[in-house]
Amino acid sequence: MTARPQVVVVGAGPAGIRAAEALASAGLVPLVIDEGERAGGQIYRRPPDALSRPPAVLYGSEAGKAVALHATFDRLVAQGRARHWPRCAVLAVAERSLQVLGPEGVSTVRFDRLVLATGATDRLAPVQGWDSPGVYSLGAMQVALKAQAVALGRRIVLAGSGPLLTLVATQLLAAGARLEAVLDTASLADQLRGLPDLMTRPSLTVRGLAMRARLARLYRPGVRLGAIETDARGPVAVTWHDAWGRPRRSPCDAVGLGWHLRAETQLAELAGCAFDFDETWRQWLPRGDAMGRGAEGVYLAGDGFRLRGADGAELSGRLAGAACLEDLGLPVQRTAADLAALSRVSRFAQGIARAFPWPRDMVRQTPDGTVVCRCEGVTAGMVRAAAAHGGADVNRAKSLGRVGMGRCQGRYCQIAGAEIVAAAAGHASPAQAGRLRGQAPVRPAPVAAIAGPAAAVDPLQGDR
Amino acid sequence: MDNPGESRGRVVRLAGHGREPLAFTLDGIAHGALSGDTVLTAVLAVAPALRGGDPREGNRAGFCLMGACQDCWMWQEQGPRLRACSTPIAAGMRLLTRPPGDWP
Ligand code: FES
Repeated sequence: MTARPQVVVVGAGPAGIRAAEALASAGLVPLVIDEGERAGGQIYRRPPDALSRPPAVLYGSEAGKAVALHATFDRLVAQGRARHWPRCAVLAVAERSLQVLGPEGVSTVRFDRLVLATGATDRLAPVQGWDSPGVYSLGAMQVALKAQAVALGRRIVLAGSGPLLTLVATQLLAAGARLEAVLDTASLADQLRGLPDLMTRPSLTVRGLAMRARLARLYRPGVRLGAIETDARGPVAVTWHDAWGRPRRSPCDAVGLGWHLRAETQLAELAGCAFDFDETWRQWLPRGDAMGRGAEGVYLAGDGFRLRGADGAELSGRLAGAACLEDLGLPVQRTAADLAALSRVSRFAQGIARAFPWPRDMVRQTPDGTVVCRCEGVTAGMVRAAAAHGGADVNRAKSLGRVGMGRCQGRYCQIAGAEIVAAAAGHASPAQAGRLRGQAPVRPAPVAAIAGPAAAVDPLQGDR
Repeated sequence: MDNPGESRGRVVRLAGHGREPLAFTLDGIAHGALSGDTVLTAVLAVAPALRGGDPREGNRAGFCLMGACQDCWMWQEQGPRLRACSTPIAAGMRLLTRPPGDWP
C-alpha cells in the first residue's frame, strides 16, 4: 500500500460527485459515502430500475446535467478511480475517523481529509395541523413523484415559499396529479425585491415565471396561512387569507409544506467547523473560505455549506476538491473560472432568499397550541414557557422543553424553535438565542449497532 | 388494481403501472405492491398510515421521504424495524403498524 492520502467524500449529489471527480483527476481514489441507493443526490435522484423513465421526464430542463453527472460518477467507479459506499449513513466524526452505519452494521473509516457534501432538507415552519399524517415536506412530494411515480394524495395543497414550491407544483400537474392550491407566503413585493439579483441568471428567472404561468390561478402569492384542518385520517382542508385579507379554505387530503432549504450541517459541526448566523438564510451555516475550507483537513461543498442550488453545488464541489488537492501539495486545475461562476450563482441565490423569505412574523406569532416539534409533540406554548424559564437560549429551551430532542434531531423544528425563543425574549434575530448544539449519532442507529464492536475498515482495502 | 383495500390508501399511482406485482402483508392482511415500490409507497397505497396506536404519537405516514425525519419507522413480524421511505418492498414482507408484542 502506498502512502496515498485517504480522502472521504460524504454525499453523492452534485457537490460530492464533482469533488470526487476533481480528487480522482489527481490520482487519488476518494471513498464516497452516501445514504442513497444510487448516486445522484436529492435533485438528480435516480429511481429504482423498475421505475426508470427517460431523463427528460425525470429531470425536465436539467436532464442534460443529470445525465452528465450520473455518467461521470458511474465511470469513476467503474474505472476504480473512486469507491462508492451506497446506503451508508455517517453517524459521527472524531479523530480523523468516521463511524459509518451501512447495511452490514457499523464500521469505522479512517480519513486524512474529509469533504462534506451533505446537502439540505426542506426548511419547515410550523402550521397548525402539520403533525397530522398526510402532511409532507415539499421535498417529499417531489421524491414521491420522481422516485416512485406517485402523488401523496388525491387532492393536494402546496404551501410555503421558494423555488421548490412552483417547481413541485408544475411537476405534479404535468404528471397528472390534482392540485387544489399553491399558496406562497411571499408577497409580490417581496418577489420584486429579489428581482435585481435574480436577473444575474435571466434564463432561470424566465423559466420560473413560465412555470408560474402554467399554474395560473392555482398560484396565490402573499398568502397568510391559517391552519390545516384535520380528521383522524389526515388533512381535510387548509385555511388561509389571500393577499387582500379575504378568508379562504381549500379542501384537500394531503399538504406539502416548505420554505426553501435548511443546510444539513451536523457533520460539519462534529468535524470541528465554526458557525455563523446567516441573516439572509435565517439559519446557522458553517464557516468556510471561498474554496470551502471549513476546518483543518475538512472541506465543505454544496447546499450543506451554502444554499446555492444544484449548479452551485457542482461548482463548489469541484472547488472543495481543488482546495483539498492544493493543501496536499498536489497539482490543481485552474479554479478562477469556477470561482467567478460561483459568485454569479451566489448572487442569484441571494435574490432567491430575498424574493422568497423565511416567514418570520408568521413563525413568531405561531399560536400557543400549534405543534412546533412533530416528533415529540412540543407546542409553541411549551417552547415559550421553556424560554421564560431558561432564558433566551435554544439549548436551555431544548433541555427544558424537549424541542429538538426528537427523532429528527431538530432538523424540522430547530429553525422555527429558535425564532420563537428569540421572539419571546424580544430579540430581533435568532442569532441572539444561540445555536442548538449537535450531537452524535446524527442518524438514529440501532442500539446493538452502536454497542457492537466497530470493525475498523481501511477504505483502500476493505471492499464491499 | 382491484384490491378493495386500495380505496383506503393515500398515494395515487401516476405512472409505472406495468411493473412486476408482488405480495406482502400488513398487520396480517395480504396486499399487493409493485416491484420498485418502497415500503412507504406499498403501504400507503393500501392504508392511510404506516404506524399507529401510540396515543402520544398518533398515526404517522412519513414526512420527508429522504431519510431525515425518522417519521416512517415500521415493524415487521420478524426481524428489525425498518425505515419505510428508504427500504424497497420485497415479496413476502410481513409488516406491522404496531410493535409485535402489542398484538392481541
Ligand atoms: S419519511 Fe422521513 S425518514 Fe422516512
